[in-house]
Formats: sequence, C-alpha cells, structure tokens
Amino acid sequence: MAINTDFIGRTVGSSQPYQVGREKIREFATAIGDSNPAYHDVEAARALGHPDLVAPPTFAFAVTFKAFPSVLANPELGLDYSRVVHGSQSFDYSRPIYAGDELVTEAIVEDIRIAGKNELLIAALNVSTTDGEPVVHTTSTIVSRGTAPQSDSDEGEGE
Amino acid sequence: MADTYTTPSFDSVNVGDAIPAQSFPVQRFNLVQYCGASGDFNIIHWNERIAQAVGLPNVIAHGLFTMAEAGRAVTDYVGDPGRVVSYEVRFTSPVVVPDDDKGALVEVSGEIVERDEATRTVTINLTATSDGAEVLGNAQARVRLA
Repeated sequence: MAINTDFIGRTVGSSQPYQVGREKIREFATAIGDSNPAYHDVEAARALGHPDLVAPPTFAFAVTFKAFPSVLANPELGLDYSRVVHGSQSFDYSRPIYAGDELVTEAIVEDIRIAGKNELLIAALNVSTTDGEPVVHTTSTIVSRGTAPQSDSDEGEGE
Repeated sequence: MADTYTTPSFDSVNVGDAIPAQSFPVQRFNLVQYCGASGDFNIIHWNERIAQAVGLPNVIAHGLFTMAEAGRAVTDYVGDPGRVVSYEVRFTSPVVVPDDDKGALVEVSGEIVERDEATRTVTINLTATSDGAEVLGNAQARVRLA
C-alpha cells in the first residue's frame, strides 16, 4: 500500500506541551547507557552553567515523537509502522533541552516520494518553548520498506 | 564511558585529530529499555517473529538508539553535552541484534574535519560500524569547544 501523498505540506502541532522532567532525562540517559553527570546530577549540570539537567542531544527525537503519531498513526496516511525504519535524522540546536522546559513541536510533512522499492516521508519537526523560544530544529526521513508501487528500479535508501 | 568530563580547548585541537574511539555493546534488553525511554515501541525492535516476517534478518536497533550511542563518543569528547550544536546522520544499514548473550557491537570513531575560529566550534565526522557494516553515513556533529 502506498503512502497518501495528500499529506505533503501538512502541518501538525502538538496537542499539548511536552513537559521535560528530570526523571525522564535520567531514564533516557540510562537507556542509552550514558552516565554523564550533566544528565543525572543537577548540581553538576549547574556547575557547567546550565539551569537544570541537560537532555542528551538525541532526546529531542523523543519530544518530537510525541507529536509525530498525529501524522504517522493517522489511518488516512496509510503507513504500516512495522515496515518503517529510519532513513536519516538531523538536530540543529538553538540551545540544549533542559529539565523544566515546556516544549511544543510543529511537524511539517515536507515530502513523500518513492526511492526504489521503498517510500520516503520527509518531515521537519521544530521544537520551541511554550513562550516561543526556538530550541531545536529537526528533520526526520522515515522509510517505508517495500511499499512503493512496482518499479524496475532496485535503488533503495536507508535502513 | 569517560572517567572525567572536561572540555577540550579550541586552541588545542587541529583538523585531522581523532576523538577517542569507543565500542558500545547492544543487547535486546537495551532496545526494550530504549523503547520505553523514547516512546518508540515499533515492534521490529523487540519482536523477532514480526521483524523476520517483514523481511528483516532479525530484531534491529532503533536508528535513533544507534545515533545516540555514536553521539556518546561526541559528548564524552566534549564533556558538556550542552556544547553539541548540531548532529546529523543517515542510517545506511541496520544494527542487527540477535537474542543471545553477546548481542551486537557498535564501534564508533571520529575525526575533526573543520575548525571555525569565530564560533570556536569544530565539526566531527563519525564512523560507526556493526558486524563489519557501516551503520551510519554522513554522520557529523558540530560542537563548541572551550
């Protein structure tokens, strides 16, 4: 089943702010096996000049992922999530994410296109505070494996 | 894991310098834990039956988990993770994680490829491999040094 290209250009905002908790940062850092004190010890983070615990650089994806299901899980999109793998990802930080932040994500579906047997969905996800301060600009390319309409090309992209 | 976290001085580093290489073991337990921490419960990251049914060799790690592990080489180097300005990767092949005592190993190395005096930032190109395959492509991080 092909992805519904009517979604190109669609913008979806967070339904509610993402409140960044200290324990969530610690849980995430622990899950990636990272004991950097800036993730775990408030005093250590403050000694580096930060207001509170710092989130690991890729934590931003967990924030955007909260907003993403409103796109990805929309049945009209026609995406089979078990066929989805990540193609590429970028994070451009205006500043780190800190415990205590209240963040909102704006997700923009930039493109949906065929790459060989796969389909690609390219999204920009911009994270800012509820006060409008930009925090991190992210892009995600997700790959829907083997769902492209039949073609002669074997060209693929991503895993 | 770094024993101490200190930020290198911009003036002390040169293009061509390597950052310390690291190896990160990945077992099924880590993926389950990452599912919970990230909120991404895609079934291919924990269910071998479904992973194989959709044509994967086995359960694979989340791309973002692999990206996070490679990122540890960067944040360990820079000490303060708040100094990471940007980070981007392409996922070129999956990290396959068998259900055994060893799991997979992600091996990460990096090299400084650019210095910017004005912002005291350096750009690090990363290489990450698992089971002989490059798992990340065009992996690059920019960090602000002291």
